[in-house]
Amino acid sequence: MTQEYTLQMKDISKVFFNNKVLNSVNLNVKSGEIHALLGENGAGKSTLMNILFGMPVIHSTGGFEGEVIIDGKRVDIKSPKESLDLGIGMVHQEFMLIPGFSITENIKLNRETTKNNLLSRVFSSKLKTLDTKSMNRDARECLDTLGMDVNEKSKIAGLPIGHMQFVEIAREIDKRNIKLLVFDEPTAVLAESEADNLLNAMKTLADTGIAILFITHRLDEVMQVADNITILRDGEVVSLKQKEQTSVSELAELMVGRRIEGIMNSNKDEKSFDDKEIILKIRNLRVSMRGEQVKGINLDVRKGEILGIGGLAGQGKIGIANGIMGLYPTQGEIYLEDKKLELNNPKESIKNGIGFVSEDRKGIGLLLDSSIELNIAMTAMQMQNKFIIKLLPFTQMNKGKIRKHALKMIKDLDIRCRGPHQMTKRLSGGNQQKVCIARALTLNPDILLVSEPTRGIDVGAKKLVLDLLVKLNNQLGMTIVMTSSELGELRSVCSRIAIISEGKLEGILMPTDSDVDFGLMMSGEYHKINRGEAL
Amino acid sequence: MAQINRIHLSNNKDKTVLKKIKDIFMKNIVTIIFLVLCLIGIELSGLPIFFVVSELVTRLTRNSFLVLSLIIPVLAGMGLNFSIVIGAMAGQIAIIAVTHWGVTGIWGFLLCVVLSFPFALFFGYLTGKLLNKTKGQEMIASMILGFFANGLYQLTFLFLVGTVIPMKNDVLILSHGVGVRNTIDLSGGLESTGIKYALDEIWKFPIFYIIIILCGLVLLYFGIKLAVDIIKYRRGNKKPFMNNCVKYIFNITVCLILLVVSILIMTGDSSLSMINLPMITAFVIVILCLFNTLIVKTKLGQDFRTVGQDKHIAKVSGINVDKVRVLAIIISTVLAAWGQLIFLQNIGTLNTYGSHEQIGMFSIAALLIGGASVSKATVGQAILGTVLFHTLFIVSPLAGRNLFGDAQIGEFFRAFVVYGVIGISLGLHAWRKRVELKNKLRT
Repeated sequence: MTQEYTLQMKDISKVFFNNKVLNSVNLNVKSGEIHALLGENGAGKSTLMNILFGMPVIHSTGGFEGEVIIDGKRVDIKSPKESLDLGIGMVHQEFMLIPGFSITENIKLNRETTKNNLLSRVFSSKLKTLDTKSMNRDARECLDTLGMDVNEKSKIAGLPIGHMQFVEIAREIDKRNIKLLVFDEPTAVLAESEADNLLNAMKTLADTGIAILFITHRLDEVMQVADNITILRDGEVVSLKQKEQTSVSELAELMVGRRIEGIMNSNKDEKSFDDKEIILKIRNLRVSMRGEQVKGINLDVRKGEILGIGGLAGQGKIGIANGIMGLYPTQGEIYLEDKKLELNNPKESIKNGIGFVSEDRKGIGLLLDSSIELNIAMTAMQMQNKFIIKLLPFTQMNKGKIRKHALKMIKDLDIRCRGPHQMTKRLSGGNQQKVCIARALTLNPDILLVSEPTRGIDVGAKKLVLDLLVKLNNQLGMTIVMTSSELGELRSVCSRIAIISEGKLEGILMPTDSDVDFGLMMSGEYHKINRGEAL
Repeated sequence: MAQINRIHLSNNKDKTVLKKIKDIFMKNIVTIIFLVLCLIGIELSGLPIFFVVSELVTRLTRNSFLVLSLIIPVLAGMGLNFSIVIGAMAGQIAIIAVTHWGVTGIWGFLLCVVLSFPFALFFGYLTGKLLNKTKGQEMIASMILGFFANGLYQLTFLFLVGTVIPMKNDVLILSHGVGVRNTIDLSGGLESTGIKYALDEIWKFPIFYIIIILCGLVLLYFGIKLAVDIIKYRRGNKKPFMNNCVKYIFNITVCLILLVVSILIMTGDSSLSMINLPMITAFVIVILCLFNTLIVKTKLGQDFRTVGQDKHIAKVSGINVDKVRVLAIIISTVLAAWGQLIFLQNIGTLNTYGSHEQIGMFSIAALLIGGASVSKATVGQAILGTVLFHTLFIVSPLAGRNLFGDAQIGEFFRAFVVYGVIGISLGLHAWRKRVELKNKLRT
């Protein structure tokens, strides 16, 4: 019976510095099966994968207990190389791609096809010439399998994120002996439409007999593709389910371990903001942001509301907030309470009371190597001379004040950390997001622009972040413009939702409107006939 | 996904010709600035063109090998390898030994090559090990390591030789029997004692003949290619011709100009026709150029590039990063040792405690002028940089004197040029990177 499983992990236990992170975990994956591995951040998923891949971090901290069995044979994986040789591949959450290399070079990374030449015969096989032609041919084949029509010779830098993900997968399937493919939160950085493509590709791969281990936070995707589901919580297997016997809410419950109220928020009374004054008026906004072009948008934001901006990836919804902040070249007119805002000048935008939480948390949202408190205070110090002691003509940080403020923020926003001095890169995604929000709040903004606040964070943290936004809105009366790819969360917190399609405003919907309306607007069909742009 | 594709493509299209020219200018700003400086310097110095060109040919063959030895570590992402001075020391150790044994001429030179190899291998291995411990600070680490190694080198040759290392030689050793003399003559008086011109004197040939021959060959090559593309064009496949048209016209024009100028020089009674190129040295340099170019196309070269682009990804895909980096430094050190041999056989005197010291600085300055950066360097940049740097080096003392009327100023100018070059080009590269980043955001 052992033979039928591609991968068996039996009674895996792992102790990190007297801290038991895995407790006799069992995991079985059959060939051709899509097996989902669920768990909150810190549930032990990454540790389990590190063991499977023989990462040095495992062996330098005393190894692990239990056994790993591949195709019925017990194996002892000591290095990533050995796991590769055994036919285990990984599609990483952060892309393991080299931007300066072509797609082919990335697919064939360290597995280049080579030819003998004079020198390699005499000296070492390391001097073999690369066989570029056959490499390109193999790469083309893999891309075709995945249905990608990009030129295999083009560089990774500049490709859309969705394509990069596919290049990662192409690299894995190019390994001829591949038996097991691990997808580590592959859809976390993708928008819904891209994610769908990916899930389809996963199904195709599974049909060819490859076993797939799918690690994710998105439960609906699990329900869409997985055959079996293993749920980890606090280092233990809580449950092993078959897809047919379970539901999204049951999975969420098992994963989080506490009953979460449906994402739909109950405390939102159907307030109407139609009579409130317009705080932000956008006229004919054009933003040139790569992959998220905004092509002339008119939008009014009323005081005290949470306005959602939704739409598919690449349609321009992300560009709006970035344009308002002046981060990308922008044209058009923006009025803040009838005062015209100077464009293309982030300083001016911040001064006029617009706070921004970027969608690119790790790139431009945070100073990853700096402490939480510095991250929170940074913009306020720069822009408003807060937390600064002036000793003419020198300025010094007021460390006491910063610490006090940071502690207050950590408490108010419930940032889980070791203290205000902890580096932000060591925080989990949800907590990083909270630090970003804390920084925006420190500026005392009138309007808060939040882009993709829940991208790449797990279900529990998602809810906390959304609750926080609602709280800010309710208690402080802050106007919030929230951009998100996840319609569900927009509908749960927003009072109105603007749907962007092809860089233009498709329409504004109420959260209570029907799924059909949302679906039509997202795909840009809603007004197409009216606009005379029918295909 | 097709949607994203379309946006992506349309972004690339709208680049005007003006912007392209600006791009080219920005990309080569360092080289262009120094090219202008060179021209101004030549004009100011008032040196006869014969002198400049013949000096340049000598210096080019003398220094190119050392500059080329820097390329592989740059490829492997280790920055500019200041520790090539350690390679140079290995070369000098071999020279001192060979001179002591009295092997001269080409055989002495070849013995030096063989003897310096294990030394350089060992030193390179140690350097590589150290640089693996100081990832991210390779440049400053290798520079300081060079200074430290210099201390060990001095200790060995000032104190250990004659005491611990038995060596009796009235010419090489100081009169009290301990320590090697400050300068070692590699040529000797009537009877040759060293390896001076061991490589250079084997075969010399007028350089402009060589240019004529090379231009002829290149013209032939492009002529055939052009003909093939035109035939394809006639048959309806317009793509290759349209793509390469500008390239062909440019290359053929440059070759023709060079050809005509060279023929005029050789047929006229200009003294320029007397300038000779040491063929064997040039040949060795060409081989190294080929080696640097070809290694990129091998598995090993791909490993270098991968490690250079991203150490972490390289590691995850199963490349032994540390080993690859050590190998890069070893190759560089061995090449530097041989480069120093070529350098010294041309100079003809070994300054025991000084010859190696400036090698690192000078070679790096040359490479940077050629338009290389800490993360990208090519053979072409190395050669171009050597030409520009040494032109500046030749003309700057005289230019300085003519400008300020003081001979001392001239010497000061040389030092100023070397360190100024490194500082300015590193600064310009950093600035260019920022501009590029800005432009990237804009599109």
